[in-house]
Amino acid sequence: MPSSHTLDANTAVASVAHRLSEVIAIYPITPSSTMGELADEWSAKGHANVWGHVPRVVEMQSEAGAAGAVHGALTAGAMSTTFTASQGLLLMIPDMFKIAGELTPFVMHVAARTVATHALSIFGDHSDVMACRGTGFAMLASASVQEAQDLAAIAHAATLRSRIPFLHFFDGFRTSHEIAKIASLDDETLRALTDPDAIAAHRARGLTPDAPVLRGTAQNPDTFFQAREASNSYHDACGQIVAETMSRFAELTGRRYHAFEYHGHPDAERVLVAMGSATETAIETVDHLLAHGERVGVLRVRLYRPFDAKALLAAMPTSARAIAVLDRTKEPGAHGDPLFLDVLAAFAESARPMPRVVAGRYGLSSKELTPSMLISVLDALRAEHPPTRFTVGIEDDVTHRSLRWDRTLDIEPDDVVRAIVFGLGSDGTVGSNKNTIAIIGEQTENFAQGYFVYDSRKAGAVTVSHLRFGTRPIRSAYLVQRAPFVACHHVEILERHDVLEHAMPGATFLLNAPWPAAEAWSRLPREVQDQIVDKRVRLFVIDANAVASECGLGRHIGTVLQACFFALTKVLPEAEAMEHMRAAIIKSYGKRGSAVIDRNFAAIERAVSAMAEVSVPSAATSERRRPPAVSRAAPDFVQRVTAAMLAGHGDDLPVSAFPVDGTWPTGTAKWEKRGIAAELPKWDASLCIQCNKCALVCPHAAIRTMVFDPSHLDSAPAGTQSLTYKAKEQAGLSYVVQLAPDDCTGCRLCVEVCPAKDKGNPRHKSLDMVPAESIREDERPRWDWASALPPIERAKVHLDVKGSQLISPLFEFSLACSGCGETPYLKLLTQLFGDRAVVANATGCSSIFGGNLPTTPWTTDADGRGPAWSNSLFEDNAEFGLGMRLALDAHRERARTLLRQMASGVGERLATELLDAHTADDVEIAAQRARIVALRDVLGGISTPIARELDRVADHLVDKSLWIVGGDGWAYDIGYGGLDHVLASDANVNVLVLDTEVYSNTGGQQSKATPLGASAKFASAGKSVGKKDLGLLAMSYGHVYVARVAMGGRDKQTVDAFREAESWNGPSLIIAYSHCIAHGYDMAHGLEQQRLAVESGVWPLYRFDPRRLAQGEAPLVLDAAPPETGRKTRPRDYMANEGRFRAVELSDPARYAMLVARAEAEVERRMAIYRQLATLHAPKSADAETKP
Amino acid sequence: MTRSLETEYLGIKIASPIVPGASPLADDIEVVLRLEDAGAPMITMRSLFEEQFALDESAARRHVTNAGVSGESSRPYLPEHAFAMGVDRYLEQLERIRRRVAIPVVASLNGVTPGGWVSHATMLEQAGASALELNLYALPSDLLASAADVERVQLEVVRSVIDRVSIPVAVKLSPFYSSLPHFVRALQDAGGKGVVLFNRFYQADIDPVGLTTRRTLHLSTSSELLLRLRWLALVSPTARVSLAASGGVHEPIDAVKALMAGATIVQVVSALLVGGSERLRALTEGLREFLDREEYGSLDQLRGNMNAARSPDPSAFERADYVRVLSSWHELPPVGRAEPL
Repeated sequence: MPSSHTLDANTAVASVAHRLSEVIAIYPITPSSTMGELADEWSAKGHANVWGHVPRVVEMQSEAGAAGAVHGALTAGAMSTTFTASQGLLLMIPDMFKIAGELTPFVMHVAARTVATHALSIFGDHSDVMACRGTGFAMLASASVQEAQDLAAIAHAATLRSRIPFLHFFDGFRTSHEIAKIASLDDETLRALTDPDAIAAHRARGLTPDAPVLRGTAQNPDTFFQAREASNSYHDACGQIVAETMSRFAELTGRRYHAFEYHGHPDAERVLVAMGSATETAIETVDHLLAHGERVGVLRVRLYRPFDAKALLAAMPTSARAIAVLDRTKEPGAHGDPLFLDVLAAFAESARPMPRVVAGRYGLSSKELTPSMLISVLDALRAEHPPTRFTVGIEDDVTHRSLRWDRTLDIEPDDVVRAIVFGLGSDGTVGSNKNTIAIIGEQTENFAQGYFVYDSRKAGAVTVSHLRFGTRPIRSAYLVQRAPFVACHHVEILERHDVLEHAMPGATFLLNAPWPAAEAWSRLPREVQDQIVDKRVRLFVIDANAVASECGLGRHIGTVLQACFFALTKVLPEAEAMEHMRAAIIKSYGKRGSAVIDRNFAAIERAVSAMAEVSVPSAATSERRRPPAVSRAAPDFVQRVTAAMLAGHGDDLPVSAFPVDGTWPTGTAKWEKRGIAAELPKWDASLCIQCNKCALVCPHAAIRTMVFDPSHLDSAPAGTQSLTYKAKEQAGLSYVVQLAPDDCTGCRLCVEVCPAKDKGNPRHKSLDMVPAESIREDERPRWDWASALPPIERAKVHLDVKGSQLISPLFEFSLACSGCGETPYLKLLTQLFGDRAVVANATGCSSIFGGNLPTTPWTTDADGRGPAWSNSLFEDNAEFGLGMRLALDAHRERARTLLRQMASGVGERLATELLDAHTADDVEIAAQRARIVALRDVLGGISTPIARELDRVADHLVDKSLWIVGGDGWAYDIGYGGLDHVLASDANVNVLVLDTEVYSNTGGQQSKATPLGASAKFASAGKSVGKKDLGLLAMSYGHVYVARVAMGGRDKQTVDAFREAESWNGPSLIIAYSHCIAHGYDMAHGLEQQRLAVESGVWPLYRFDPRRLAQGEAPLVLDAAPPETGRKTRPRDYMANEGRFRAVELSDPARYAMLVARAEAEVERRMAIYRQLATLHAPKSADAETKP
Repeated sequence: MTRSLETEYLGIKIASPIVPGASPLADDIEVVLRLEDAGAPMITMRSLFEEQFALDESAARRHVTNAGVSGESSRPYLPEHAFAMGVDRYLEQLERIRRRVAIPVVASLNGVTPGGWVSHATMLEQAGASALELNLYALPSDLLASAADVERVQLEVVRSVIDRVSIPVAVKLSPFYSSLPHFVRALQDAGGKGVVLFNRFYQADIDPVGLTTRRTLHLSTSSELLLRLRWLALVSPTARVSLAASGGVHEPIDAVKALMAGATIVQVVSALLVGGSERLRALTEGLREFLDREEYGSLDQLRGNMNAARSPDPSAFERADYVRVLSSWHELPPVGRAEPL
């Protein structure tokens, strides 16, 4: 009996790949990153492959780099693999053509993901793998976790024999992240599957100077074509080799696979053809229909390339009259999507009578495909002329191609225990649900499935766990449609989500609430009560937070609610379940016994008795309804589209709701009022010194400092505090520090930075955190009042730390993590230059919190101006920004040319003023904008085409500020080539690197910015080489403005650097220290850690200004760095506070001590270089450029 | 012929009474080997902190179990296996030291509340510790807890540890007891085999401008020895447990004084952190030279000869001496300076 495991496909596939490889080159990309991470971890722990060697795992700078590295490894005769998806796969395509062209055995594993088009999507479809059809790779599709493991092994075996490289893929998230119980493959099976002669032959083909050959030649028209045809027989033989390998696999494991596999009625009339996880749902659906006497079937495609038409036809029942081929990709402009065309061609070339073959598209970006949708497809095939080129799963009310389906139909049998659990990203809900699945999957005979839906918010993200348990293998590759058990782990979620939407009649509902059972009913919103009554739901409540807190577990409620889950679902006998839970806790926290184990045990003991059933009246009683998703004051588009998305009804929006080209309005984050903070900062005006630092550091722009005419105080809500503003420029104005109580995430940074202490009681400051409920209601009308105050004129503000914070940020309420270290820099950027900024944003955290719908934090000022923003890709952002710069320059030149041509028409004086203006600061910009208004007035009276064109481009007479923004993964690694090239130009671009020293967005993989000694994925033992000095590299050009900043280190230097960078008429680079949750500590201390980083020399602050060269001065100024002697703060003092370093110390104290010593030596070495540079005087340059 | 300094501490025979105290010195096996070579008769490992278990475990839980669970990454930010628990590493280091040295190894546990953490005592024993040093590192600040309550809880902790192990247990105390001799007797009755006097606390300093507090821990100086001398002199005449002097021994003469006051052994940390293992050799040699020069027949002849029972002027250790010390302030030798041997 083979052993079974309960795991996700990424883990299962990585295990096979790691055990059958010698060299693994990787680069993180969702949803495939886990495979590379696991391979790295296993090698780090010394896990060997089936031949007894530990595979070498190397993280590259991009997928293109990973592809190059595996190509090299293969060329030199190693067995190699890689893991990727989406844009990453696209970056590998050039090497894939080479690898296949050279007949190289190789397997890449792809968690298939949407390719970015009108928008990026991290979710699953086949658009990426379909883009590789021309490479010459074999393509093998897996439909489930079990298959993904098995076909991974089959691919590794078949490639060695066939010499055709394999792209093995499975659906991103749906399969890659689904946890399921599978029969695992042991080393013996893997060894038995792979042909040692084929391995020897591959090794023998490896380049060696002992038997030199030449590969990778260039060929001319006389020979290339013939040589390209020379490999035909290998491609021709591949299908048979795969079939033989599948047979051998069946002998070894009992699990039999085929290139094409039919399931259904032997004389089916209507047949579906599909690939991937959809076929699992299709089998479930077909079985359901067969039981109802229908003659239907599904043909599953596993080996898509080389496409064996004969095998396809052989598998298809001859009775099939109508066939729907379902593609999970879209090829606009093609005659049909690819699988459809292949199937159609197979029939067209055969001698068989032509059935009706229609094309359908489904599932783009993980759109659900349910049995009901498939039934609608099969139903459509009954027609004499069934629809073709249809879509299913959406409503297309524009081109009317979508099929309708019955949204209430669910075919899942009731003996499958199903549960839907709502939690928050950081509360342990997902972890405990994974644990539950592991317990049931590994400790019982039952089957289990878990799938977890996360929203894209980084703070306060809601997670929805979909769990299934049953006595048969579970094929349902879609979300739970009807659940007998629903749990909601936070009452706040009830206010925003319809958590009982999928509850079955008679379902059990477990609610974690801080209310006694007697009060619980009356506290529920009307909508929830209605659902409970209508569906006769049994309601149980528990104050899990109280139980967890009493047991010393703080906010970690997972264990408590897991115990309740077992008690209520009775999926296992209660005592047995609790015993398994205890065993799992011991496994997690070590066998050696510890406080945390005791605390969790106590939580299990107390959980069930703390739970109580609520008696439900026969009718709803609450007067209170859920608040609307957005305010009624929101614009129409926000009301119609954004609000539906916010409420979780985005799936219901029809095609007509959407912009056709991915262009969306800005200024939408303000309409989403989430109120997720448990504590809020409260302002005591009597202590305030008006430094405005609270507003500066707020990651969410949720605390504002405002000045205004005192007359506005008349309309202020009662109890509003205010002060007279202390600054010459704004003498006589009133001042408030105002909180946006529903937008604050409670990160504490404002309180931590606040310097204004009560001298008699220094614990009390001008800003203190207080329980949110104590001030939220009072602050709401104040926020409404304050946000309606007239904005201060930019031209009247001195743009230093204090002054900049009087200007409304044009980046607000982002969905970044609570306490994010990146967003304060972006917000500052918008306060300084937002009304004229264009932003090119590399993919990463900043593109997600900046541009992941439903909302965007980028917004506009009172005049409707604000940052214009776009994200192209991860790797091309510098080039993308440069292109924008060139276009803006062209528009400006065009405007100036037209103005010169029309100078006499518009008035020489006005034209001259417009042409001579230097729009370098807000005063000049305001004047220029006034001139443009005057110009347009004049142009309005002129009807020539030139006048019309000048009118259109006149705004470009104000210089635009071009910002290229991204993280360290982009700037140091994947985008470095482009960044370097752009910095080497003379273009007036500003580059802002939000340096978190790790790939934050994809989950904490090391980058070349990761510091020595830090633990990160791919460097779990602590990085052993120093951080790349990007600033020093840029300085070497001489003409690039370079600054290294840390807002928490010295905020004035940050503001100075932004202004200088922007004013330098050439490339500028700002490298900004950004604390990040990936560093492993409470972000409330982020600014303090920045200070320590600066003081210890880990992050010295400097500005390198080429303008100083022209003055004969040293271009580099060290703004803040440790003194050469008598130092107080040591790098180790900074490092000791962060989990990323502490992890290394806990794992291996001796290694940590060695790394600390090296890190400190590295700091000394770099400081020595900077100190010397800061005294270096170059000869005064005659042509040194300064801004005109 | 070299004079024997053999001493019995916690029922264990060791070659010398000058012992490296609980400290990070034992974190590095190379340092441990050098200390053994320099004559260390016993190695005491740094304390495993009760709070540290909880902190590390909750940090691991926070950063490994839960954090980073969002759209792109369903796995935690920091590598899952990176957070090995402190206790595992501690046990590995204990086993490593045991394998490499011939001298006994004392493990140290630091905690103040009864609870699951005392189960670590068993693990330390199983990992080969020859004895345990239990560090009752606490500042009673609970308004509702009387001195008797505090002592009762501490005794409970001590008993629960002693009950779990068969190796001897020493208890390291702070100087802040209403009746130290009485508490030492209670520890003795509870089965404690030794008492270490005294713990040195991290001190809070005040930043008067920034209105913040700073935690500091300075290396000890010889001036701190005097407090130890007094209490050793008062406790040793009646104590039936081993006594260790900890804090302030920097020079051979400091060790001599501590032994004269009744210490069974003296523990040294700061001097070794500054002077390395060679300092241990110098201290041991210095003690030997003193015994020779002053013509002591044995170490036992010297040990306790200046305690409250045997000192010619016992009032010096008691309150009666108060007035005289104040008036003699100007004649006192500079603190911390080594007197010529």
